[in-house]
Amino acid sequence: MKRHTLLLAGMLWLCALAAATPPVLAAAAGETVARDPLDSPRWGDMLKTFFEGQEVVFDPRIKVSGPAVAEDSLNVPITVDASALPGVEELIVFADFNPILKALRFEPGAAQARLGFRLKLQQSSPVRVAARTADGIWRVGGAWVTATGGGCTLPSVGSGSPEWQERLNEVSGRLWARIDGGERLRMRIIHPMDTGLAAGIPAFHIEDIVISDEDGRVLSRIQPLEPVAENPSFTLDLAGAARGGRLHVSGRDNNGNRIDAWVTR
Amino acid sequence: MKLPLSLASLLFALLLALPLAAQQRTSFDYGLVAQEIAPGTYVIVGLREDFSFANGGNIVNTGFLVGRSGVIVIDTGPSRRYGEQMLAAIRAITPLPVVLTLNTHHHPDHFLGNQAFPQDTLAALPDTIAGIRSEGEGFNDNMYRLNGDWMRDTEVVVPARAVMPGRQDIAGRDVELLALGGHTAADLVVVDHDSGTVYAADLLFNGRAPTTPHADIARWLGALEALARLPARLWVPGHGEVSTRLDPLHETRDYLEWLQATIRDAAEAGLDMTEVFALDIPARFSRLALVETEFRRSVVHLFPAAEQAALARAQRD
Repeated sequence: MKRHTLLLAGMLWLCALAAATPPVLAAAAGETVARDPLDSPRWGDMLKTFFEGQEVVFDPRIKVSGPAVAEDSLNVPITVDASALPGVEELIVFADFNPILKALRFEPGAAQARLGFRLKLQQSSPVRVAARTADGIWRVGGAWVTATGGGCTLPSVGSGSPEWQERLNEVSGRLWARIDGGERLRMRIIHPMDTGLAAGIPAFHIEDIVISDEDGRVLSRIQPLEPVAENPSFTLDLAGAARGGRLHVSGRDNNGNRIDAWVTR
Repeated sequence: MKLPLSLASLLFALLLALPLAAQQRTSFDYGLVAQEIAPGTYVIVGLREDFSFANGGNIVNTGFLVGRSGVIVIDTGPSRRYGEQMLAAIRAITPLPVVLTLNTHHHPDHFLGNQAFPQDTLAALPDTIAGIRSEGEGFNDNMYRLNGDWMRDTEVVVPARAVMPGRQDIAGRDVELLALGGHTAADLVVVDHDSGTVYAADLLFNGRAPTTPHADIARWLGALEALARLPARLWVPGHGEVSTRLDPLHETRDYLEWLQATIRDAAEAGLDMTEVFALDIPARFSRLALVETEFRRSVVHLFPAAEQAALARAQRD
Protein backbone atom coordinates (compact mmCIF):
# COMPACT_ATOMS: atom_id res chain seq x y z
CA MET A 1 0.00 0.00 0.00
CA LYS A 2 2.86 2.29 0.94
CA ARG A 3 4.57 1.37 -2.32
CA HIS A 4 1.44 2.16 -4.30
CA THR A 5 1.27 5.62 -2.76
CA LEU A 6 4.91 6.21 -3.55
CA LEU A 7 4.47 4.91 -7.08
CA LEU A 8 1.45 7.13 -7.59
CA ALA A 9 3.35 10.13 -6.27
CA GLY A 10 6.22 9.29 -8.59
CA MET A 11 3.89 8.95 -11.55
CA LEU A 12 2.24 12.28 -10.82
CA TRP A 13 5.64 13.90 -10.55
CA LEU A 14 6.75 12.37 -13.83
CA CYS A 15 3.52 13.42 -15.52
CA ALA A 16 4.13 16.96 -14.32
CA LEU A 17 7.67 16.75 -15.63
CA ALA A 18 6.52 15.36 -18.96
CA ALA A 19 3.99 18.14 -19.33
CA ALA A 20 6.71 20.69 -18.73
CA THR A 21 9.33 19.28 -21.08
CA PRO A 22 8.93 18.53 -24.78
CA PRO A 23 9.78 15.02 -26.03
CA VAL A 24 13.49 14.72 -26.68
CA LEU A 25 13.67 11.62 -28.84
CA ALA A 26 13.78 11.69 -32.59
CA ALA A 27 10.51 10.58 -34.12
CA ALA A 28 9.98 8.25 -37.05
CA ALA A 29 7.99 9.66 -39.93
CA GLY A 30 4.51 10.63 -38.79
CA GLU A 31 4.87 9.27 -35.27
CA THR A 32 5.60 10.99 -32.05
CA VAL A 33 8.05 9.47 -29.64
CA ALA A 34 6.72 9.94 -26.17
CA ARG A 35 8.90 9.45 -23.14
CA ASP A 36 9.35 5.85 -21.99
CA PRO A 37 5.88 4.48 -21.16
CA LEU A 38 7.49 2.33 -18.46
CA ASP A 39 9.14 5.34 -16.77
CA SER A 40 12.44 3.55 -16.39
CA PRO A 41 15.42 5.66 -15.34
CA ARG A 42 17.55 3.29 -17.42
CA TRP A 43 15.83 4.01 -20.74
CA GLY A 44 18.45 6.55 -21.81
CA ASP A 45 21.16 3.94 -21.32
CA MET A 46 19.13 1.38 -23.26
CA LEU A 47 18.92 3.83 -26.16
CA LYS A 48 22.70 4.30 -26.16
CA THR A 49 23.43 0.58 -25.76
CA PHE A 50 21.14 -0.84 -28.40
CA PHE A 51 19.98 1.91 -30.74
CA GLU A 52 22.75 4.49 -31.11
CA GLY A 53 22.17 6.36 -34.34
CA GLN A 54 19.03 4.34 -35.18
CA GLU A 55 15.38 5.25 -35.23
CA VAL A 56 13.32 4.02 -32.25
CA VAL A 57 9.62 4.33 -31.49
CA PHE A 58 7.40 2.94 -28.77
CA ASP A 59 4.64 0.94 -30.37
CA PRO A 60 1.65 -0.49 -28.48
CA ARG A 61 1.44 -3.32 -31.03
CA ILE A 62 4.70 -4.73 -29.67
CA LYS A 63 3.86 -6.69 -26.53
CA VAL A 64 5.61 -8.41 -23.67
CA SER A 65 3.49 -10.69 -21.51
CA GLY A 66 4.66 -12.18 -18.28
CA PRO A 67 3.71 -12.24 -14.62
CA ALA A 68 3.39 -8.89 -12.80
CA VAL A 69 5.30 -10.54 -9.96
CA ALA A 70 7.90 -13.21 -10.64
CA GLU A 71 7.30 -16.28 -8.49
CA ASP A 72 10.71 -17.68 -9.38
CA SER A 73 13.26 -15.05 -10.46
CA LEU A 74 15.34 -17.71 -12.18
CA ASN A 75 12.45 -18.80 -14.41
CA VAL A 76 10.27 -15.86 -15.36
CA PRO A 77 7.94 -16.90 -18.20
CA ILE A 78 7.90 -14.25 -20.93
CA THR A 79 6.25 -14.08 -24.32
CA VAL A 80 7.37 -11.32 -26.66
CA ASP A 81 4.97 -10.60 -29.50
CA ALA A 82 5.49 -8.37 -32.52
CA SER A 83 3.24 -10.48 -34.76
CA ALA A 84 0.79 -7.59 -35.20
CA LEU A 85 3.50 -5.81 -37.15
CA PRO A 86 4.16 -7.02 -40.70
CA GLY A 87 7.66 -7.66 -41.97
CA VAL A 88 9.62 -8.04 -38.73
CA GLU A 89 13.17 -9.14 -39.55
CA GLU A 90 14.72 -9.21 -36.11
CA LEU A 91 13.73 -8.96 -32.45
CA ILE A 92 15.93 -8.29 -29.47
CA VAL A 93 14.86 -8.75 -25.85
CA PHE A 94 16.46 -6.91 -22.95
CA ALA A 95 15.78 -6.04 -19.32
CA ASP A 96 16.85 -2.57 -18.15
CA PHE A 97 17.99 -3.63 -14.68
CA ASN A 98 19.61 -6.97 -15.40
CA PRO A 99 23.40 -7.05 -14.97
CA ILE A 100 23.54 -8.52 -18.48
CA LEU A 101 21.00 -6.47 -20.39
CA LYS A 102 20.38 -8.43 -23.57
CA ALA A 103 18.59 -11.76 -23.22
CA LEU A 104 18.25 -12.91 -26.80
CA ARG A 105 17.98 -12.12 -30.48
CA PHE A 106 15.32 -13.75 -32.63
CA GLU A 107 15.07 -13.85 -36.42
CA PRO A 108 11.52 -15.12 -36.96
CA GLY A 109 12.00 -15.93 -40.66
CA ALA A 110 9.17 -18.37 -41.46
CA ALA A 111 7.85 -18.13 -37.90
CA GLN A 112 5.50 -15.54 -36.48
CA ALA A 113 7.30 -12.71 -34.71
CA ARG A 114 6.33 -14.15 -31.35
CA LEU A 115 8.51 -16.15 -28.95
CA GLY A 116 7.90 -17.69 -25.55
CA PHE A 117 10.85 -18.38 -23.24
CA ARG A 118 11.97 -18.00 -19.61
CA LEU A 119 14.19 -15.29 -18.29
CA LYS A 120 16.42 -14.80 -15.26
CA LEU A 121 15.73 -11.50 -13.50
CA GLN A 122 18.12 -10.03 -10.96
CA GLN A 123 15.59 -7.52 -9.67
CA SER A 124 12.41 -5.75 -10.71
CA SER A 125 12.85 -4.46 -14.22
CA PRO A 126 11.15 -3.54 -17.45
CA VAL A 127 11.39 -6.45 -19.86
CA ARG A 128 11.41 -5.10 -23.40
CA VAL A 129 11.30 -6.33 -26.93
CA ALA A 130 12.43 -4.27 -29.90
CA ALA A 131 11.35 -5.34 -33.37
CA ARG A 132 13.19 -4.15 -36.47
CA THR A 133 11.42 -3.98 -39.80
CA ALA A 134 13.07 -3.69 -43.24
CA ASP A 135 12.94 0.12 -43.03
CA GLY A 136 15.47 -0.08 -40.20
CA ILE A 137 13.12 1.32 -37.55
CA TRP A 138 13.07 -0.33 -34.13
CA ARG A 139 9.64 -0.56 -32.52
CA VAL A 140 9.66 -1.15 -28.80
CA GLY A 141 7.19 -2.61 -26.32
CA GLY A 142 7.61 -3.84 -22.77
CA ALA A 143 6.26 -4.57 -19.33
CA TRP A 144 7.47 -4.23 -15.77
CA VAL A 145 8.10 -7.44 -13.87
CA THR A 146 8.51 -7.28 -10.10
CA ALA A 147 11.14 -9.79 -9.10
CA THR A 148 11.14 -9.77 -5.33
CA GLY A 149 8.63 -11.38 -3.02
CA GLY A 150 6.07 -13.88 -4.20
CA GLY A 151 6.01 -16.06 -1.10
CA CYS A 152 7.90 -19.30 -0.94
CA THR A 153 10.23 -18.42 -3.80
CA LEU A 154 13.09 -20.83 -4.22
CA PRO A 155 16.14 -20.92 -6.42
CA SER A 156 15.89 -23.66 -9.03
CA VAL A 157 18.22 -26.62 -9.10
CA GLY A 158 21.64 -25.15 -9.79
CA SER A 159 24.15 -26.30 -12.32
CA GLY A 160 25.84 -28.17 -9.48
CA SER A 161 23.76 -31.16 -10.50
CA PRO A 162 25.77 -33.73 -12.46
CA GLU A 163 22.81 -34.44 -14.75
CA TRP A 164 23.46 -31.71 -17.29
CA GLN A 165 26.98 -32.89 -17.96
CA GLU A 166 25.65 -36.14 -19.38
CA ARG A 167 22.64 -34.60 -21.07
CA LEU A 168 24.15 -31.30 -22.27
CA ASN A 169 22.32 -29.90 -25.33
CA GLU A 170 19.77 -32.73 -25.24
CA VAL A 171 16.59 -31.48 -26.92
CA SER A 172 13.09 -32.55 -25.92
CA GLY A 173 10.58 -31.04 -28.28
CA ARG A 174 7.24 -31.52 -29.91
CA LEU A 175 5.18 -30.11 -32.76
CA TRP A 176 1.49 -29.27 -32.69
CA ALA A 177 -0.56 -28.66 -35.84
CA ARG A 178 -2.26 -25.29 -35.51
CA ILE A 179 -5.75 -24.42 -36.65
CA ASP A 180 -4.30 -21.77 -38.98
CA GLY A 181 -2.39 -24.54 -40.81
CA GLY A 182 0.88 -23.60 -39.13
CA GLU A 183 2.99 -25.60 -36.77
CA ARG A 184 3.70 -24.86 -33.11
CA LEU A 185 7.15 -25.86 -31.91
CA ARG A 186 7.89 -26.23 -28.22
CA MET A 187 11.29 -27.41 -27.06
CA ARG A 188 13.55 -27.57 -24.06
CA ILE A 189 17.32 -27.91 -24.27
CA ILE A 190 19.40 -29.13 -21.35
CA HIS A 191 21.98 -26.45 -20.58
CA PRO A 192 23.12 -24.67 -17.38
CA MET A 193 23.16 -21.21 -19.06
CA ASP A 194 25.74 -19.93 -16.57
CA THR A 195 25.95 -16.15 -16.56
CA GLY A 196 29.61 -15.92 -15.54
CA LEU A 197 28.53 -13.65 -12.67
CA ALA A 198 28.67 -16.35 -10.01
CA ALA A 199 32.16 -16.65 -8.52
CA GLY A 200 34.33 -19.27 -10.18
CA ILE A 201 31.79 -20.27 -12.86
CA PRO A 202 32.57 -18.86 -16.33
CA ALA A 203 29.83 -17.80 -18.73
CA PHE A 204 28.53 -20.91 -20.47
CA HIS A 205 25.42 -20.59 -22.58
CA ILE A 206 23.72 -21.65 -25.78
CA GLU A 207 24.35 -18.94 -28.37
CA ASP A 208 22.73 -20.21 -31.55
CA ILE A 209 19.65 -22.30 -32.34
CA VAL A 210 18.62 -22.81 -35.95
CA ILE A 211 15.29 -24.36 -36.89
CA SER A 212 15.23 -25.83 -40.37
CA ASP A 213 13.01 -28.12 -42.42
CA GLU A 214 13.63 -31.57 -43.86
CA ASP A 215 15.47 -30.11 -46.84
CA GLY A 216 17.83 -28.08 -44.68
CA ARG A 217 16.10 -24.78 -45.43
CA VAL A 218 16.55 -22.42 -42.48
CA LEU A 219 13.15 -21.39 -41.11
CA SER A 220 13.95 -19.45 -37.98
CA ARG A 221 16.83 -18.59 -35.67
CA ILE A 222 17.15 -17.88 -31.94
CA GLN A 223 20.36 -16.51 -30.41
CA PRO A 224 20.07 -16.76 -26.62
CA LEU A 225 22.41 -15.06 -24.16
CA GLU A 226 23.21 -15.57 -20.47
CA PRO A 227 19.93 -14.16 -19.02
CA VAL A 228 17.84 -16.92 -20.64
CA ALA A 229 16.85 -19.41 -17.92
CA GLU A 230 18.66 -22.67 -17.26
CA ASN A 231 17.47 -25.52 -19.51
CA PRO A 232 15.96 -23.03 -21.96
CA SER A 233 12.45 -23.62 -23.15
CA PHE A 234 11.04 -21.98 -26.30
CA THR A 235 7.64 -21.71 -27.93
CA LEU A 236 7.26 -20.49 -31.50
CA ASP A 237 4.71 -20.74 -34.29
CA LEU A 238 5.81 -21.50 -37.83
CA ALA A 239 3.76 -20.62 -40.87
CA GLY A 240 2.73 -23.71 -42.79
CA ALA A 241 2.92 -27.36 -41.83
CA ALA A 242 6.37 -28.89 -41.31
CA ARG A 243 7.40 -30.99 -44.32
CA GLY A 244 7.46 -34.64 -43.35
CA GLY A 245 5.94 -33.70 -39.99
CA ARG A 246 9.29 -32.88 -38.48
CA LEU A 247 11.74 -30.03 -37.93
CA HIS A 248 15.49 -29.99 -37.39
CA VAL A 249 16.95 -28.13 -34.43
CA SER A 250 20.67 -27.43 -34.58
CA GLY A 251 23.08 -25.00 -32.99
CA ARG A 252 25.85 -24.66 -30.46
CA ASP A 253 26.84 -23.14 -27.14
CA ASN A 254 29.68 -20.66 -26.61
CA ASN A 255 32.09 -23.56 -25.95
CA GLY A 256 31.35 -25.08 -29.34
CA ASN A 257 29.21 -27.99 -28.09
CA ARG A 258 26.71 -28.89 -30.81
CA ILE A 259 22.94 -29.12 -30.65
CA ASP A 260 21.44 -31.53 -33.17
CA ALA A 261 17.95 -33.04 -32.94
CA TRP A 262 14.76 -33.74 -34.88
CA VAL A 263 11.45 -32.68 -33.41
CA THR A 264 8.21 -34.41 -34.41
CA ARG A 265 4.50 -34.16 -33.56
CA MET B 1 9.70 35.23 28.87
CA LYS B 2 6.18 33.97 28.44
CA LEU B 3 6.36 33.28 24.72
CA PRO B 4 9.61 31.29 24.71
CA LEU B 5 8.33 29.27 27.63
CA SER B 6 5.12 28.30 25.92
CA LEU B 7 7.13 27.64 22.78
CA ALA B 8 9.42 25.39 24.76
CA SER B 9 6.51 23.52 26.30
CA LEU B 10 4.94 23.16 22.87
CA LEU B 11 8.17 21.73 21.53
CA PHE B 12 8.37 19.43 24.53
CA ALA B 13 4.81 18.27 23.94
CA LEU B 14 5.65 17.65 20.31
CA LEU B 15 8.72 15.69 21.28
CA LEU B 16 6.55 13.49 23.46
CA ALA B 17 3.73 13.19 20.97
CA LEU B 18 5.76 12.29 17.91
CA PRO B 19 7.27 9.03 19.11
CA LEU B 20 3.93 8.13 20.67
CA ALA B 21 2.17 8.60 17.36
CA ALA B 22 4.87 6.63 15.61
CA GLN B 23 4.60 3.89 18.17
CA GLN B 24 0.86 3.64 17.79
CA ARG B 25 1.24 3.14 14.08
CA THR B 26 3.86 0.47 14.56
CA SER B 27 3.01 -1.30 17.79
CA PHE B 28 3.26 -4.63 15.92
CA ASP B 29 0.29 -6.05 17.77
CA TYR B 30 -1.23 -8.91 15.78
CA GLY B 31 -4.36 -8.72 17.95
CA LEU B 32 -4.41 -12.51 18.27
CA VAL B 33 -7.66 -13.93 19.61
CA ALA B 34 -7.69 -17.54 20.79
CA GLN B 35 -11.14 -19.05 20.11
CA GLU B 36 -12.14 -22.03 22.24
CA ILE B 37 -13.85 -24.23 19.65
CA ALA B 38 -14.25 -27.18 22.07
CA PRO B 39 -13.20 -27.70 25.72
CA GLY B 40 -9.47 -27.02 25.94
CA THR B 41 -9.28 -26.78 22.14
CA TYR B 42 -8.16 -23.43 20.73
CA VAL B 43 -7.63 -21.85 17.34
CA ILE B 44 -6.17 -18.47 16.37
CA VAL B 45 -7.60 -17.73 12.92
CA GLY B 46 -5.48 -15.63 10.53
CA LEU B 47 -6.55 -13.36 7.67
CA ARG B 48 -7.32 -14.80 4.24
CA GLU B 49 -4.66 -12.61 2.65
CA ASP B 50 -1.15 -12.80 1.27
CA PHE B 51 1.84 -11.69 3.36
CA SER B 52 2.06 -7.90 3.62
CA PHE B 53 3.51 -4.99 5.58
CA ALA B 54 -0.04 -4.39 6.86
CA ASN B 55 -0.77 -7.89 8.25
CA GLY B 56 2.78 -8.79 9.27
CA GLY B 57 2.24 -12.34 8.06
CA ASN B 58 -0.83 -13.03 10.21
CA ILE B 59 -2.47 -15.10 7.47
CA VAL B 60 -2.20 -18.50 9.07
CA ASN B 61 -4.18 -20.51 11.60
CA THR B 62 -2.37 -21.72 14.70
CA GLY B 63 -3.81 -23.64 17.61
CA PHE B 64 -3.25 -25.25 20.97
CA LEU B 65 -4.68 -27.96 23.17
CA VAL B 66 -4.79 -27.58 26.94
CA GLY B 67 -4.48 -30.90 28.76
CA ARG B 68 -4.43 -31.80 32.45
CA SER B 69 -0.69 -31.29 32.79
CA GLY B 70 0.38 -29.11 29.89
CA VAL B 71 -0.19 -27.41 26.58
CA ILE B 72 0.34 -28.76 23.04
CA VAL B 73 1.08 -25.98 20.54
CA ILE B 74 0.23 -26.53 16.86
CA ASP B 75 2.32 -24.20 14.67
CA THR B 76 4.00 -21.02 15.87
CA GLY B 77 3.15 -18.43 13.20
CA PRO B 78 5.16 -16.24 10.84
CA SER B 79 7.50 -14.32 13.18
CA ARG B 80 9.11 -14.07 16.59
CA ARG B 81 6.58 -11.40 17.57
CA TYR B 82 3.71 -13.70 16.55
CA GLY B 83 5.17 -16.54 18.63
CA GLU B 84 5.55 -14.26 21.64
CA GLN B 85 2.02 -12.89 21.30
CA MET B 86 0.66 -16.42 20.80
CA LEU B 87 2.38 -17.54 23.99
CA ALA B 88 0.90 -14.52 25.80
CA ALA B 89 -2.56 -15.56 24.53
CA ILE B 90 -1.93 -19.06 25.91
CA ARG B 91 -0.77 -17.60 29.24
CA ALA B 92 -3.99 -15.60 29.48
CA ILE B 93 -5.82 -18.94 29.47
CA THR B 94 -3.60 -21.33 31.41
CA PRO B 95 -0.43 -21.32 33.51
CA LEU B 96 0.34 -24.92 32.49
CA PRO B 97 3.69 -25.49 30.80
CA VAL B 98 4.03 -25.98 27.05
CA VAL B 99 5.07 -29.63 26.71
CA LEU B 100 5.02 -30.05 22.93
CA THR B 101 5.35 -27.46 20.15
CA LEU B 102 4.61 -28.88 16.71
CA ASN B 103 5.48 -27.48 13.30
CA THR B 104 3.00 -29.08 10.91
CA HIS B 105 5.24 -28.47 7.85
CA HIS B 106 8.23 -26.41 6.75
CA HIS B 107 6.49 -23.31 5.36
CA PRO B 108 7.59 -20.07 7.05
CA ASP B 109 4.21 -18.99 8.44
CA HIS B 110 4.08 -22.22 10.44
CA PHE B 111 7.47 -22.24 12.19
CA LEU B 112 9.04 -18.76 12.37
CA GLY B 113 7.48 -18.18 15.82
CA ASN B 114 9.54 -21.07 17.24
CA GLN B 115 11.88 -18.72 19.15
CA ALA B 116 9.10 -17.88 21.63
CA PHE B 117 8.56 -21.48 22.79
CA PRO B 118 10.69 -23.77 24.99
CA GLN B 119 13.30 -25.11 22.58
CA ASP B 120 13.20 -28.68 23.94
CA THR B 121 9.46 -28.88 23.14
CA LEU B 122 9.91 -28.13 19.41
CA ALA B 123 9.10 -31.15 17.26
CA ALA B 124 8.15 -32.00 13.67
CA LEU B 125 8.20 -34.82 11.13
CA PRO B 126 11.73 -35.72 9.91
CA ASP B 127 11.18 -34.29 6.40
CA THR B 128 9.85 -31.08 7.93
CA ILE B 129 12.98 -30.78 10.08
CA ALA B 130 15.11 -31.35 6.98
CA GLY B 131 13.09 -28.75 5.05
CA ILE B 132 13.43 -26.10 7.77
CA ARG B 133 17.15 -26.83 7.95
CA SER B 134 17.73 -26.48 4.19
CA GLU B 135 15.20 -23.81 3.21
CA GLY B 136 14.46 -22.00 6.47
CA GLU B 137 17.00 -19.19 6.03
CA GLY B 138 15.82 -18.44 2.50
CA PHE B 139 12.20 -18.33 3.69
CA ASN B 140 13.13 -16.05 6.57
CA ASP B 141 14.91 -13.58 4.23
CA ASN B 142 11.87 -13.56 1.98
CA MET B 143 9.51 -13.01 4.93
CA TYR B 144 11.50 -9.90 5.96
CA ARG B 145 10.97 -8.58 2.42
CA LEU B 146 7.25 -9.35 2.47
CA ASN B 147 6.32 -8.39 6.03
CA GLY B 148 8.88 -5.72 6.90
CA ASP B 149 9.61 -4.80 10.50
CA TRP B 150 7.05 -7.23 11.92
CA MET B 151 9.82 -9.78 11.38
CA ARG B 152 12.41 -8.00 13.58
CA ASP B 153 14.70 -10.40 15.45
CA THR B 154 13.03 -13.43 13.88
CA GLU B 155 15.48 -16.26 13.42
CA VAL B 156 15.10 -19.82 12.23
CA VAL B 157 14.96 -22.39 15.03
CA VAL B 158 15.07 -25.96 13.74
CA PRO B 159 13.07 -28.40 15.88
CA ALA B 160 15.44 -30.92 17.45
CA ARG B 161 12.89 -33.68 17.97
CA ALA B 162 11.28 -35.88 15.34
CA VAL B 163 7.68 -36.77 16.21
CA MET B 164 6.42 -40.33 16.07
CA PRO B 165 3.08 -40.71 14.30
CA GLY B 166 0.38 -42.58 16.19
CA ARG B 167 -2.19 -42.22 18.92
CA GLN B 168 -0.81 -41.23 22.29
CA ASP B 169 -1.56 -39.56 25.61
CA ILE B 170 0.05 -36.14 25.65
CA ALA B 171 -0.37 -33.99 28.76
CA GLY B 172 -3.53 -35.96 29.50
CA ARG B 173 -5.13 -35.53 26.08
CA ASP B 174 -5.97 -38.35 23.67
CA VAL B 175 -4.05 -37.15 20.61
CA GLU B 176 -3.25 -38.84 17.31
CA LEU B 177 -0.49 -37.61 15.01
CA LEU B 178 -0.79 -38.45 11.31
CA ALA B 179 2.20 -38.27 8.99
CA LEU B 180 0.75 -37.26 5.62
CA GLY B 181 2.07 -35.24 2.70
CA GLY B 182 1.26 -33.60 -0.60
CA HIS B 183 1.10 -29.93 0.31
CA THR B 184 4.77 -30.40 1.19
CA ALA B 185 6.97 -33.49 1.56
CA ALA B 186 5.67 -33.92 5.11
CA ASP B 187 2.38 -32.60 6.48
CA LEU B 188 1.55 -33.37 10.09
CA VAL B 189 -2.11 -33.64 11.03
CA VAL B 190 -3.11 -33.48 14.70
CA VAL B 191 -6.31 -35.27 15.70
CA ASP B 192 -7.65 -34.45 19.15
CA HIS B 193 -9.90 -37.42 19.94
CA ASP B 194 -11.20 -35.81 23.13
CA SER B 195 -12.99 -33.10 21.14
CA GLY B 196 -13.10 -34.70 17.66
CA THR B 197 -11.01 -31.86 16.25
CA VAL B 198 -8.73 -32.32 13.25
CA TYR B 199 -5.95 -29.76 12.85
CA ALA B 200 -5.41 -30.48 9.17
CA ALA B 201 -2.78 -27.75 8.62
CA ASP B 202 -2.25 -26.77 4.98
CA LEU B 203 -3.69 -29.98 3.58
CA LEU B 204 -6.95 -28.11 4.10
CA PHE B 205 -7.87 -24.58 2.98
CA ASN B 206 -11.22 -22.90 3.60
CA GLY B 207 -12.34 -20.03 1.39
CA ARG B 208 -8.79 -19.38 0.31
CA ALA B 209 -6.97 -20.77 -2.72
CA PRO B 210 -4.47 -23.53 -1.81
CA THR B 211 -0.77 -22.78 -2.29
CA THR B 212 1.52 -25.19 -4.10
CA PRO B 213 5.23 -24.24 -3.97
CA HIS B 214 6.20 -27.72 -2.77
CA ALA B 215 3.06 -29.61 -3.70
CA ASP B 216 2.65 -33.10 -5.07
CA ILE B 217 -1.01 -32.86 -6.09
CA ALA B 218 -1.62 -36.61 -6.47
CA ARG B 219 -0.25 -37.26 -2.99
CA TRP B 220 -2.22 -34.33 -1.59
CA LEU B 221 -5.47 -35.75 -3.00
CA GLY B 222 -4.61 -39.08 -1.36
CA ALA B 223 -4.08 -37.29 1.96
CA LEU B 224 -7.49 -35.61 1.65
CA GLU B 225 -9.05 -39.04 1.13
CA ALA B 226 -7.41 -40.22 4.36
CA LEU B 227 -8.69 -37.12 6.17
CA ALA B 228 -12.25 -37.66 4.94
CA ARG B 229 -12.31 -41.02 6.74
CA LEU B 230 -11.48 -39.48 10.14
CA PRO B 231 -14.23 -39.32 12.77
CA ALA B 232 -14.12 -35.54 12.98
CA ARG B 233 -16.57 -33.02 14.40
CA LEU B 234 -14.41 -29.94 13.84
CA TRP B 235 -12.05 -29.16 10.99
CA VAL B 236 -9.27 -26.64 11.48
CA PRO B 237 -7.76 -25.70 8.12
CA GLY B 238 -4.30 -24.15 7.77
CA HIS B 239 -5.92 -21.06 6.29
CA GLY B 240 -9.53 -19.92 6.59
CA GLU B 241 -12.35 -20.45 9.09
CA VAL B 242 -12.93 -23.52 11.25
CA SER B 243 -15.71 -25.76 9.91
CA THR B 244 -18.04 -28.38 11.36
CA ARG B 245 -18.67 -29.74 7.88
CA LEU B 246 -16.66 -31.48 5.18
CA ASP B 247 -17.21 -28.58 2.74
CA PRO B 248 -13.65 -27.19 3.00
CA LEU B 249 -12.29 -30.66 2.25
CA HIS B 250 -14.50 -31.01 -0.83
CA GLU B 251 -13.60 -27.48 -1.91
CA THR B 252 -9.85 -28.07 -1.53
CA ARG B 253 -10.14 -31.35 -3.45
CA ASP B 254 -12.26 -29.78 -6.21
CA TYR B 255 -9.73 -26.99 -6.72
CA LEU B 256 -6.70 -29.29 -6.70
CA GLU B 257 -8.31 -31.69 -9.17
CA TRP B 258 -9.18 -28.81 -11.47
CA LEU B 259 -5.66 -27.37 -11.14
CA GLN B 260 -4.01 -30.70 -11.91
CA ALA B 261 -6.20 -31.38 -14.96
CA THR B 262 -5.91 -27.82 -16.29
CA ILE B 263 -2.13 -27.82 -16.14
CA ARG B 264 -1.83 -31.30 -17.62
CA ASP B 265 -4.24 -30.50 -20.47
CA ALA B 266 -2.54 -27.17 -21.18
CA ALA B 267 0.85 -28.84 -21.45
CA GLU B 268 -0.59 -31.58 -23.65
CA ALA B 269 -2.19 -28.95 -25.93
CA GLY B 270 1.18 -27.23 -26.41
CA LEU B 271 0.44 -24.02 -24.54
CA ASP B 272 3.24 -21.72 -23.44
CA MET B 273 3.34 -20.80 -19.75
CA THR B 274 2.18 -17.24 -20.41
CA GLU B 275 -0.86 -18.66 -22.23
CA VAL B 276 -1.63 -20.88 -19.24
CA PHE B 277 -1.57 -17.77 -17.01
CA ALA B 278 -4.38 -16.33 -19.11
CA LEU B 279 -6.74 -19.34 -18.83
CA ASP B 280 -10.13 -18.74 -17.23
CA ILE B 281 -10.70 -19.87 -13.67
CA PRO B 282 -14.16 -21.44 -13.24
CA ALA B 283 -16.70 -19.19 -11.52
CA ARG B 284 -17.21 -21.70 -8.69
CA PHE B 285 -13.71 -20.88 -7.40
CA SER B 286 -14.31 -17.13 -7.26
CA ARG B 287 -15.15 -17.42 -3.57
CA LEU B 288 -11.60 -18.59 -2.87
CA ALA B 289 -9.55 -15.61 -1.72
CA LEU B 290 -6.44 -14.91 -3.86
CA VAL B 291 -7.43 -17.50 -6.47
CA GLU B 292 -6.11 -15.46 -9.44
CA THR B 293 -2.72 -14.93 -7.80
CA GLU B 294 -2.41 -18.46 -6.49
CA PHE B 295 -3.40 -20.01 -9.82
CA ARG B 296 -0.57 -18.15 -11.56
CA ARG B 297 1.89 -19.08 -8.82
CA SER B 298 0.79 -22.69 -9.16
CA VAL B 299 1.36 -22.58 -12.92
CA VAL B 300 4.97 -21.59 -12.22
CA HIS B 301 5.29 -24.42 -9.68
CA LEU B 302 3.55 -27.21 -11.56
CA PHE B 303 3.66 -26.47 -15.29
CA PRO B 304 7.36 -27.25 -15.91
CA ALA B 305 6.91 -30.91 -14.90
CA ALA B 306 3.70 -31.27 -16.91
CA GLU B 307 5.36 -29.63 -19.90
CA GLN B 308 8.36 -31.94 -19.62
CA ALA B 309 6.06 -34.95 -19.60
CA ALA B 310 4.24 -33.66 -22.70
CA LEU B 311 7.51 -33.02 -24.56
CA ALA B 312 8.99 -36.36 -23.55
CA ARG B 313 5.94 -38.13 -24.97
CA ALA B 314 6.79 -36.90 -28.48
CA GLN B 315 10.33 -38.20 -28.04
CA ARG B 316 9.13 -41.70 -27.17
CA ASP B 317 6.47 -42.03 -29.87
